[in-house]
Amino acid sequence: MSQAVTPYLEMSQAIMEAGGEALKKCYQCGTCTGTCPWTPITHFNIRKLVRYGQLGLDGIEEFMWGCSTCKFCVDRCPRGVEIIDVVTAIRNVYSGGGMLPQSLRSFVGSMSARGNPWSGDQAKRNDWAKEKYPLYSSDKEYLFWTCCTVCYDPRNVRLAKATAEILNQSGLSWGLPSVDVNCCGESLKKVGDLELFERLKSNNLDYFKSQGVAKIITVSPHCLSSFKKDYGEDYKVLHFSELIAKLTKEGKLTPKKDFGGVKVTYHDPCYLGRHSGVYDAPRDVLKAIPGLDFVEMERSREQSMCCGGGGGGLWMEKMKGERLSDLRIEEALSTGASILATACPYCITMFEDSVRTLNADDQIKVKDVTELFLESLEINIDEPVVDTCALV
Amino acid sequence: MSRIGVFVCHCGLNIAKTVRVSELAELAATLPDVVVAKDYKFMCSTPGQEMIVNDIKQHKLDRIIVTACSPLMHEQTFRKVLAASGLNQYLLTIVNIREQVSWVTHDIEEGTTKAKALLNGAVYRARLLAPLTSRVIDVNPNVMVVGGGIAGIQAALELANTGKKVYLVEKNSTIGGHMAQFDKTFPTLDCSACILTPKMDAVLQHKNITMMTSCEVSEVKGFVGNFDITVRQKARYVDHSKCNACLACTEKCPGKGISEWDEGLVKRKAIYIPFPQAVPQKPIIDKESCTFFKKGKCRLCEKACEQKAIDFEQQDTFVQVKVGAVILATGFDLMDTKPLVQYGYGKYPGVYNALEVERLFNSAGPTGGKVTLRDGSEPKSIALLHCIGSRDKNNHEHCSRVCCMYSLKFAHLFKEKTSADVYQFYIDMRAAGKGYEEFYNRIIEEDVKFIRGKGARVTQSADEPGRLVVEAEDTITGKFIKLPVDMVVLSPAIVPRADSKDVARLFNLSTDKQGFFMERHPKLAPLSTMSEGIFIAGVCQSPKDIPDTVAQAYGAAAEALTIVVKDKMELEATTAMVNPASCCGCQNCVRVCPYGAPGFNETKRVSEINEALCKGCGLCASVCPTSAIIARHFTNDQVLAEMEGLMEF
Repeated sequence: MSQAVTPYLEMSQAIMEAGGEALKKCYQCGTCTGTCPWTPITHFNIRKLVRYGQLGLDGIEEFMWGCSTCKFCVDRCPRGVEIIDVVTAIRNVYSGGGMLPQSLRSFVGSMSARGNPWSGDQAKRNDWAKEKYPLYSSDKEYLFWTCCTVCYDPRNVRLAKATAEILNQSGLSWGLPSVDVNCCGESLKKVGDLELFERLKSNNLDYFKSQGVAKIITVSPHCLSSFKKDYGEDYKVLHFSELIAKLTKEGKLTPKKDFGGVKVTYHDPCYLGRHSGVYDAPRDVLKAIPGLDFVEMERSREQSMCCGGGGGGLWMEKMKGERLSDLRIEEALSTGASILATACPYCITMFEDSVRTLNADDQIKVKDVTELFLESLEINIDEPVVDTCALV
Repeated sequence: MSRIGVFVCHCGLNIAKTVRVSELAELAATLPDVVVAKDYKFMCSTPGQEMIVNDIKQHKLDRIIVTACSPLMHEQTFRKVLAASGLNQYLLTIVNIREQVSWVTHDIEEGTTKAKALLNGAVYRARLLAPLTSRVIDVNPNVMVVGGGIAGIQAALELANTGKKVYLVEKNSTIGGHMAQFDKTFPTLDCSACILTPKMDAVLQHKNITMMTSCEVSEVKGFVGNFDITVRQKARYVDHSKCNACLACTEKCPGKGISEWDEGLVKRKAIYIPFPQAVPQKPIIDKESCTFFKKGKCRLCEKACEQKAIDFEQQDTFVQVKVGAVILATGFDLMDTKPLVQYGYGKYPGVYNALEVERLFNSAGPTGGKVTLRDGSEPKSIALLHCIGSRDKNNHEHCSRVCCMYSLKFAHLFKEKTSADVYQFYIDMRAAGKGYEEFYNRIIEEDVKFIRGKGARVTQSADEPGRLVVEAEDTITGKFIKLPVDMVVLSPAIVPRADSKDVARLFNLSTDKQGFFMERHPKLAPLSTMSEGIFIAGVCQSPKDIPDTVAQAYGAAAEALTIVVKDKMELEATTAMVNPASCCGCQNCVRVCPYGAPGFNETKRVSEINEALCKGCGLCASVCPTSAIIARHFTNDQVLAEMEGLMEF
């Protein structure tokens, strides 16, 4: 059998038309592969993905699911190639042909049928709130956009509650979205289903418009990035860590509880850091907590490691030894910290899985910045009372 | 009534492809005062020119319109045709239907229509043109060369050898530039100092060269042929007229400063010469590191100096220099790679930049030419990382052009001086130059390992403290490489001097996207600038190697000579003038002129225009509220007539 291949430029054209225009700029220097956190631990090779795309070569589908859209390669690329757009476009072009991996089928199916990725009953979206918190109406200042993950995932519901309680404490006027909103669609877009993404987005935009929404607070950096970059409307969007940092600085929120020297390190979520440029706010929040001993990991801020949950990664299975979150937990452990703080429900899910499979439960706890701050305000949402210091 | 001849050029197919040229000639024949209208394949050719000459005679033409390419190309050609036929050269009008029409459309209908409109306007304007007389001025025969690197040295020597007086201005205390820092030069590996120092000495000895070290240009007045330049002589705190270069002072000095010459790898004294072959061989005092300046006592150098040359009271002084032309050869800086945190420069002691490595190889350098790391040990494996900040949209888009070659040179010298394994991490090997590909082959033979992939990151080894690990993809195999090394050499982008914007402003130059000085034309006038009489040579124009730099220096010297070789020069007559009777003294013209040509006469309370500085751009005339300024060749009447002609289409 001939080993010769012929470039299939129609395919390359289709990728460019699906938003992967940047494909043609690449000069194959390999900076992306050398930067990509997956390179050392999997066979995924981002440069090859781009190369196959440039020539429309067969076999591209074998490795197009490896990218978690962490944006590290994009920031380093000397050619200014929007590599994530290329990945998204390739997935869009090829997944149309039934090449969606099994694990992503239920994700996309749930998005299509229920408007959220967790097969959650849409009517129960706000059940976590137990009618304790108000719905948004146009007389309120902030819409607290609850990510689907914090609404339906039992672990992450604590983020929703913590955010709601801190907002109440702050005295701001705010409300929750009604149950008929959809997932922001960020991960769906990265998985390549641009058509469904547009549908979800349009539904959400209708809701924003009908309610006169002007200011949005997100607890997930994925919603934040999507609203800022993909929704293209003029809303002021803040990540909750930014708001807490601001309110603390202005003296409107004052953490009280002394953490008594607990060592805490912080993981920059890709979508909060590299995608949205928010590095200081979550650190400021942590440093405002009395007695919290803050330590940095070697790879932090712009150089932060990825948890592996972006770009659909949260819904895909990875073999042991091929999980970025495992490596990140090890890095966090090496700082001597007993708490790994982060600011993203996806990161929390990935890390908690890793902590369990690494049997590190008794060494390190994974917490959202919001949860830690709530505790420092001496407000408790859990039964029995959570005492982070006692857990350590 | 004027008698106009219109000559439409096809420029082969350049114009004829998208403009129906015969239709243009037909239209022209119907326009007022047009006596003859023709089209021809190449109007600039000898038969084309002869056709115009003959028609001028035969039809007694007194206005000529050539409808062709940009006036930048052939205005001079056709002006000479007019002059040869006894017509005033300013009665020529060029209509640019190539760059402004045929090259910017594929649509022959649109092209023809626009060309007709432009031609119609030109005919209307030509009827109102008046003969003008060029002015003749005296030319100062001297030349200033700014920058004492190899480009400046070569240009100064060439000019001085023709008998012209040259002022060579250098901001450092010695001439020599970057080339004096190198040990060897590619591809021949000849010793840099051996070929450079004879030239430095020739500068010192040359009776026609005034070497001005520790000097910077602070103000430029005047114009081509008559520049009046102020040079700031920075205080050296050593009277060089008394100093006999015994250097007894430097031995006694307890001060410690960072040696700029050795790229900060070692300390130097506070009173010092940068390197043994420095020219002039006379020291200066660095105020920052001098004990006396810092603490108010010491003066050991003063005691050591038998010549009584030390002068702590010395101040900066200003020197006026008059020249006819200027050559800028101000060189380059290396990009600061500290912000590229992934490479660990400034964080890991084993990471070096290219110039530091040049000094390590140099026998007059900090290690006496031995390749040792900062801890004194010899590296056993070395990685050379190409394109750091170059060819990079996040930093500098341009290729720095010499890094591939000097990295090959480094590889050779590392192999020669150590037993280290040497790796090159490259994107593309660029070895275009005489003997360069051969040099590349030679280095391959020396068993240097080439890894085709840009270095992505440098980290510290977890297993072996002090060692570094280079991470990159070998794009040929698709394998991710983690290479433990002792030394990493970065090839940082070559960038314009930190103060190049200021220099550009002083000399009224424009800069390109990267900040390098902009040449007048990238191919046909690479050494001239848009400022008449100011020329550029070497890396201040764009990154280049020594052979190209030297070639440019020769060229710039020749360019400067074309100006100063003449006693007198003719100035364009298309300048602006002020009618003092109508001038209201608002000084709008003074404010808008980019060339500083208009000045305000306080006594008469009116503006006056220095014709030698005026480029005839017409800005002043357009902002003059009382129409007191007349832009010759573009008077209000002429411009309005042209607009009327344009708007008929």
